Amino acid sequence: MNKELYRPLIFELSEEGRQGFLLPEYDYGKSTFKLPAKLRREEGPALPEVDEPTVVRHYTNSSGNNFGVDTGFYPLGSCTMKYNPKVNEAMVSVANIADLHPAQPADTVQGALRVYRGLEKALCEIGGMAEFTLNPFAGAHGEYTGLMVIRAYLLSRADEDRRRVLVPDSAHGTNPASAAMAGFEIVEVKSLPDGTVDVEDLKSKLDATVAALMMTNPNTVGMFEKNIPKIAEAVHAAGGLMYYDGANLNPMLGVARPGDMGFDVMHINLHKTFSTPHGGGGPGAGPVGVRAGLEKFLPNPRVVETDGGKLAVEYGEYAFGRVSAWLGNFSVLVKALAYILTMGAEHLAQAGPLATLNANYILNSLNDLYLQPIPGPCKHEFVFDGLRDKSTGVKTLHIAKALLDHGFHAPTIYFPLLFHESLMIEPTETESRQTLDAFIAVMRQIAQTAAKDPEKVKEAPYTTPISHPDEDEAALNPVLTYRDLCQATTTL
Amino acid sequence: MHPYLPHTQDDIKAMLERCHVGSLDELYSDVPDSLRLKRPYSLPKAMSEPELGRYFKTQIGDANKPLRCFAGAGWYHHYCPAAVQSLLLRSEFLTAYTPYQPEISQGTLQYIFEYQSMMCELTGMDVSNASMYDGATATAEAVVMAVNASKKRRRVLVSATLAPAVAQVIATYAAGAHITVEVIAEDRGVTSRTELEEMICAGDVAAVVVASPNYYGILEDYSGFAELCHQNKALFIVNSHATALSVLRTPGEWGADIACGEAQSLGMPMNYGGPGLGYLCCKRALMRKLPGRIVGATIDAAGRRSFVLTLQAREQHIRRQKATSNICSNQGIMTLHAAIYMSLMGAKGLRRVNRISAEAAHALADKMLATGKVVMKYPGHVFLNEFAVETVSPLTADALLKALEEKGILGGVKLTENSILVAATEMCTPDDIEMYVSTLNSL
Repeated sequence: MNKELYRPLIFELSEEGRQGFLLPEYDYGKSTFKLPAKLRREEGPALPEVDEPTVVRHYTNSSGNNFGVDTGFYPLGSCTMKYNPKVNEAMVSVANIADLHPAQPADTVQGALRVYRGLEKALCEIGGMAEFTLNPFAGAHGEYTGLMVIRAYLLSRADEDRRRVLVPDSAHGTNPASAAMAGFEIVEVKSLPDGTVDVEDLKSKLDATVAALMMTNPNTVGMFEKNIPKIAEAVHAAGGLMYYDGANLNPMLGVARPGDMGFDVMHINLHKTFSTPHGGGGPGAGPVGVRAGLEKFLPNPRVVETDGGKLAVEYGEYAFGRVSAWLGNFSVLVKALAYILTMGAEHLAQAGPLATLNANYILNSLNDLYLQPIPGPCKHEFVFDGLRDKSTGVKTLHIAKALLDHGFHAPTIYFPLLFHESLMIEPTETESRQTLDAFIAVMRQIAQTAAKDPEKVKEAPYTTPISHPDEDEAALNPVLTYRDLCQATTTL
Repeated sequence: MHPYLPHTQDDIKAMLERCHVGSLDELYSDVPDSLRLKRPYSLPKAMSEPELGRYFKTQIGDANKPLRCFAGAGWYHHYCPAAVQSLLLRSEFLTAYTPYQPEISQGTLQYIFEYQSMMCELTGMDVSNASMYDGATATAEAVVMAVNASKKRRRVLVSATLAPAVAQVIATYAAGAHITVEVIAEDRGVTSRTELEEMICAGDVAAVVVASPNYYGILEDYSGFAELCHQNKALFIVNSHATALSVLRTPGEWGADIACGEAQSLGMPMNYGGPGLGYLCCKRALMRKLPGRIVGATIDAAGRRSFVLTLQAREQHIRRQKATSNICSNQGIMTLHAAIYMSLMGAKGLRRVNRISAEAAHALADKMLATGKVVMKYPGHVFLNEFAVETVSPLTADALLKALEEKGILGGVKLTENSILVAATEMCTPDDIEMYVSTLNSL
C-alpha cells in the first residue's frame, strides 16, 4: 500500500462542481416556501465536493491507518477489548429498527421494547440487581446516572447532609468526575500496597456525611477486593450506599454477582463485557442496575410491562430526571442482547474464568523480565511496573510503542497512578493461546533488546504510518479544523 | 466449545500449569465462598446463528411495524446513502478503541478532525469537540460549560420553545451542578423577548439557551439576543438539529458563544432513538472550557502531518473531579457517519435535502389546512420542515394519529389533546402526503 495515497484530508480532494449524492425530484405541487433573508445563512458551509468513489477510497484507505480488534490483539487494560461478533451487527438489521421513530406508538414497537426488557432482565440476573435502565449512553454516563439515583434516594429519606462520595485512589478518573457532576464532594480512600482498599482508612472516613462508596471489583490493578463483605457492611452501617463500577465485570461472569457482594447500584459497560464494538470511542452503553427499593428513582423514560402482557414506555414521578432524549443507544442494546443469547448461560459463565486464565498466563510468562508489583494470581488484568531491569532507561512508554511495530496494540500505560511505570494488560477470553504466545514472545524480545540496545527500543515505532507526533506543539498552537490548518503558519 | 472461546481442554490444562494452579476455580480462591454464584445463570441456553436469526426475526423484527414517518421532535427520517452504511462496517474503524496510540489510530483521528471541521462549517463556530452522546446531553453540557466559564454565576435561562426532552436533561444536569434553571416563557410559539429582558436584567445569569428551529419547527428571529446576553455578561447558546444549519442563519451569525444539538438528522437511521450524535461547538475563547475529546493537527518526527488527541488537561483522566466533564467516550463511529454523509452530500446536497423537506412539509401543511379539520397552532411564523397544528373540534390529536396509524402512517408527535407536531423529509413522497391528507379529510 502506498501510504502517501491517504494522507490528504477529504477537504483536499474537493473539486468544485462534483457531487456524491442523488436525491429525488418530487413534485409536491406549487411551492409556497421561501426562507426570508434574515433567517438564511449568508454563505453555504464550505464542505467538500467529492464524488462517491473518491469518498469510498478516502475512508477505506484511511481505515488502513487504524488498528481494531479485528486487526490484532488489543491488550488494553481496563478496556476489555474482546472480539465483537459479526452476527450481532447482522441482528440490528433483522431486528427491523432502522426505520422506527422513537415516538411510534407502543403497539407498533413491541419488538424493540422486548429487546429493551429482555436485555434488562438478563443484566438483572448477571448483576444480581432488581431492575436496570438501559438509557445511559456510556460507562461514565452510567456512573453519573447511578449517583443521581443515590442522590434522589437520599433526598427521599430527607438525608440531605450526605454530600460526600468515597473513591479509592486507584479508581478510574471518571469516578470522581461523575461524582462531582452529580453534586458530591469527593473523598479519596487509600490503597494498601497490594492495591486493595485500606479498610482502616475507609472506616475512618465513614460518617453521616457519606452518600456512597464507589468501587470496581476486581479493582484497577486486577485484584479481587476480598474484604468486600466487611466493606459493604461498614458502609451500610454508616448509612451509605455501595456503588459498583462495572468496568471490570468481565472476570466476574459465572463467578460472583455485584448484588451478592453488597452493592446497591451498578453500571455495566456493554461495550466491554457484552462485546459491542467500541467504534473508536462510541457509541457505547452504560446500563444502570439497582437493588430492590431503588427502582422508582431510575431515570425516565422507562419500559414497563402492562396488564395485557404488552410493553409500554412510561414516565414515573419519582425518577430523578432524564439523561437521554429517548431510550439510549438502541442499536447497541440489540447487539448486547444478541451476544448474551449466542453465549447462553453456559458460555457466559465460562467467559470470566477464561479471561482470568489468559491474564494469569501472560503474567506468569513475563514476570521474570517485567516487574510484578503485586503478587498474583490476578483476575482479568494485571499491572507491571515497567521492566525489572531499571538500568536500561527503557520506560513503559517505549515498550508500548515498540509493541506497535509487532502488530499488537499497546497495553494501558501510566494507569493506575499507584505505580510510576504502570503497564496494564488485559487479554480477555477471546484470544487463543497462539495469540498470547506470540505476544509473550514479542514482550520478551523487547525486554531483551532493551538490555542490549536500549536506544533501539526508545526510537520505536518504526513501521507505523506516523511516528512520534509532536503533542506539545498540538496543545501549544491548537489546529483543530481544516480552516485552522489553511491559516496555520507552520506547514501541516 | 464456542466460536468466541478458542481454548481446547489441552490449552486450558497447559495454561493452568504455567500459572501453577490446578483448576480455573483456584484462580478465584480469593473470592469468599459466601459470594460465589453456585448455580448456573437463569438465562437461555446458547443459540446457534440460525436460531438467533429466527428469534430476532420472529420475536423482534416481525413485532416492529415501521410507519411512514411524519414525526420529528428532534429525530428525523432522512435518507442514508449506501456508501455510508458500507464504510461504517470497516472493522478497522468499528472495532478500535479511543485513539490513545496516535501511531496506529490516524484513521480515527483524521475522521474526527474532518468531523470537527465540518461541524464548525455548519455552525459558524471556531472549535468543535469530537462529539457528545446526543443533542440533549450536548446541550446540558453546554449549560454546565457556560456556568463554569462564568465562574460565579449560577442562573441559566432556557427558552420554553426548547424541546421538552432537552429541557429535562438540562434540568437534570443542573440539579447536580447546583445551577438554577429558569424558563423564559413563550409568546405564541416563540421566545418572549420582554420576559428574557426582565429576567436577564435581574443579574447572575451565566447563559441563555434558545433553539433554532425551535420545538414547534418555528424559525425564530434572534436578532439582538446575543447583544442582550453579552451586555449582561451571559453566554448565548443556540441549539439546532444539524441538517437545518446548512441553510439557516448559523449560531455564529446569531452571535452565539456555544452551538449544540443533535446531528442524527445527518442521515442517521432512526434506530428507535439511538445512536444519534450530539455536537458541541464554541468560540475559540471558550476552547479550554469545552468538555470531551478534541483532535488537533501536528507533525511527527519525520515532519509528516499527524493528528492527536489534544488539550487533554481539561479531561477526567487527568483532572479527575476538577475536569470539565466526566465524558470520556464520545459517539465514535457516529462522527464517522456524519463526516462521510457530509462529504457525500456537500453543501449542495444538504441544501437540497432541506429544500425537498421544506417543500414536502409546506405542501402537507397547505393541504391539511385546506381540509378545514386542522388549523396552524402558531400562525404567522416561518418554518422549515416541521410545524404544529391544532385539530378542529370534535377531532382530537389521538383520533387523528390513530386513524393515520391504521393507514400505516406516523402522523406526528402529540403535543396536547388537540395539537400535534408534524415533520416531513425527502423520504416523504407526494403519494404519502396524499394518503395523509385523504385520511385527515375522511375524519
